[in-house]
Amino acid sequence: MTDFSKDDLIDFLYDEVRMLDDGRFDEWMELWTEDGHYWMPLNYNQQDPLNETSLLYEDQFMLRLRIQRLIGARTFSQKPKSRCHHVIQRPHVDEIDNDAGRYKTVTRMHYIETRLDDQLLLALTATHDLVRRDDRLMIAGKKVEILNCDAAFGNIQLLP
Amino acid sequence: MPNYQTRAEVEALVTPFQVHRDIYTNQDVYRQEMKHLFANTWVYVGHDSQTPKKGDYYTTQIGDQPVIMVRHSDNEIKVLYNRCPHKGTKIAIDKTGNTGKFFRCPYHAWSFKTDGCLLAIPLKKGYEGTGLSETENGKGMKSVGAVHNYRGFIFARLAAEGIGFDDFFGGSLSSLDNMVDRSPAGRLEVVGAPLRYMHQCNWKMLVENQTDTCHPMVAHESSAGTAVQIWKDMGFTEDDPKPPAMEIIAPFMSAYEFFEEMGIRTWPNGHGHTGVHHSIHSKYSEIPGYMDALIESYGKEKAEAILAENRHNTVYFPNIMIKGPIQQLRNFIPLAADRTLVESWIFRLVDAPEELTRRTALYNRMINAPTSIVGHDDLEMYERAQEGLHADGLEWVNIQRLYQEGEDLDAEAVENGTTERQMRNQFHAWVKFMTASMSEAEAAE
Ligand SMILES: [Fe+2]
Repeated sequence: MTDFSKDDLIDFLYDEVRMLDDGRFDEWMELWTEDGHYWMPLNYNQQDPLNETSLLYEDQFMLRLRIQRLIGARTFSQKPKSRCHHVIQRPHVDEIDNDAGRYKTVTRMHYIETRLDDQLLLALTATHDLVRRDDRLMIAGKKVEILNCDAAFGNIQLLP
Repeated sequence: MPNYQTRAEVEALVTPFQVHRDIYTNQDVYRQEMKHLFANTWVYVGHDSQTPKKGDYYTTQIGDQPVIMVRHSDNEIKVLYNRCPHKGTKIAIDKTGNTGKFFRCPYHAWSFKTDGCLLAIPLKKGYEGTGLSETENGKGMKSVGAVHNYRGFIFARLAAEGIGFDDFFGGSLSSLDNMVDRSPAGRLEVVGAPLRYMHQCNWKMLVENQTDTCHPMVAHESSAGTAVQIWKDMGFTEDDPKPPAMEIIAPFMSAYEFFEEMGIRTWPNGHGHTGVHHSIHSKYSEIPGYMDALIESYGKEKAEAILAENRHNTVYFPNIMIKGPIQQLRNFIPLAADRTLVESWIFRLVDAPEELTRRTALYNRMINAPTSIVGHDDLEMYERAQEGLHADGLEWVNIQRLYQEGEDLDAEAVENGTTERQMRNQFHAWVKFMTASMSEAEAAE
């Protein structure tokens, strides 16, 4: 069994955002455990993803639908397509437990999404719950908090 | 170019089955809407569960007017203009809070009871003999024209005189009734903060879309159609039990016949709803314990009648929509001719199983969030329309589907679910309340 170092975890997170920026969504989906959830709270310090409104709380079915839709022939809001760009700080590795195969990281970043003449900039904090499965790292949970989550947004179409 | 100061100019924007594009694009029309339409109609302010205790307040707007909704010492909800009568400073700026027994302006400490009456001014002797108390400003914070609390939903009319609450809403209140009756306690509570979604388009496009039953299978093919396809690829059939997300999204792909047969009902004054006979909400799975709780409260017959009603979207003219079976309210807040803020609120059914709130929250984020794969295509359509309307080749927007000559929009009616009658109904009411306080030939200013 591989022991993952701090550097391994950080490399994993850099690779993840690169996949998103390159639009390699199928590869990105391979990073997830079967029951992994992507959560984007609506409120600052929101604790409950399910019993109040979140911006996103998606399982693998919904994430698959989301990325499948992005390449659809009749996905009108993606004609033309959006592009995104993540600028991440060096992640904080808050937990390394190689015995249990569990890891926790917190990554602050700027996220830019652009389409036509509009460009959106968000300041984000991404918290990853990572696990070791078949000797590789996988995402068991990802929480993306938007600094101004309570502001009114237009479309946010890709994955911050 | 007309600047829409006169009754004739405003009336000319609407024909029985066409409306002029200026209705969506012209900033003078927008200003007249704020001055007339949003003053003469009953506009949704908030829900009384947002201000449960005396002194609790919530800051919001009616049209473009900043207001405070506050629970007064007599337990009634008051709606005051959010403006100090002294210099105009907004009295409260946070969304919610408790102000105790009085508001205090942060600028010069003028204070007001929670019904707006002036309480105190520091160094008051400076106003002795000045006649301040005889001025409007000397009385305190100004109240809106009229306020009505309907089963927890607070509506207000800015104008001091005008149509009464019951006359304005009439039979349309049955949709609010059904949403509230779905709680075994007959009470709703706001859950969390609303989604806030900015749209670069006119507010009426959103209101019209609520009863536009010919767009889901087209505009939402990318999300709902893809969902159905993935479901099939996973080896499931249409009749297999679906997870809640699939239950919500799959019906968006229903065929035209489904929407035709679901029916549309319109009421006078611009109100109306889709889903008279069934709707995209009809087939949600039962939540264990819920029916029992309803029967306990209402008896079997009424409990069954409450859940048999599956109205899709009910438009309360001018600018909200509710979904009874989902316990959702969407507020289409007009910020400019080409700018609209959409707030999507959800409610808990008091004394019902919490799974219902979970489904409601799921619906809200899946369909109405700025991150929603369904919302993305709706917004794309509105914004393309807002831009397309500037094309000078054609100046009129068509709302003619299933139009019949001599259509009486002042009468309640149930029609084929794909009719655009409700859109025509809204514009009929739009002219009525835009011009209600205009004189026959109000001179251009
Ligand atoms: Fe839609």
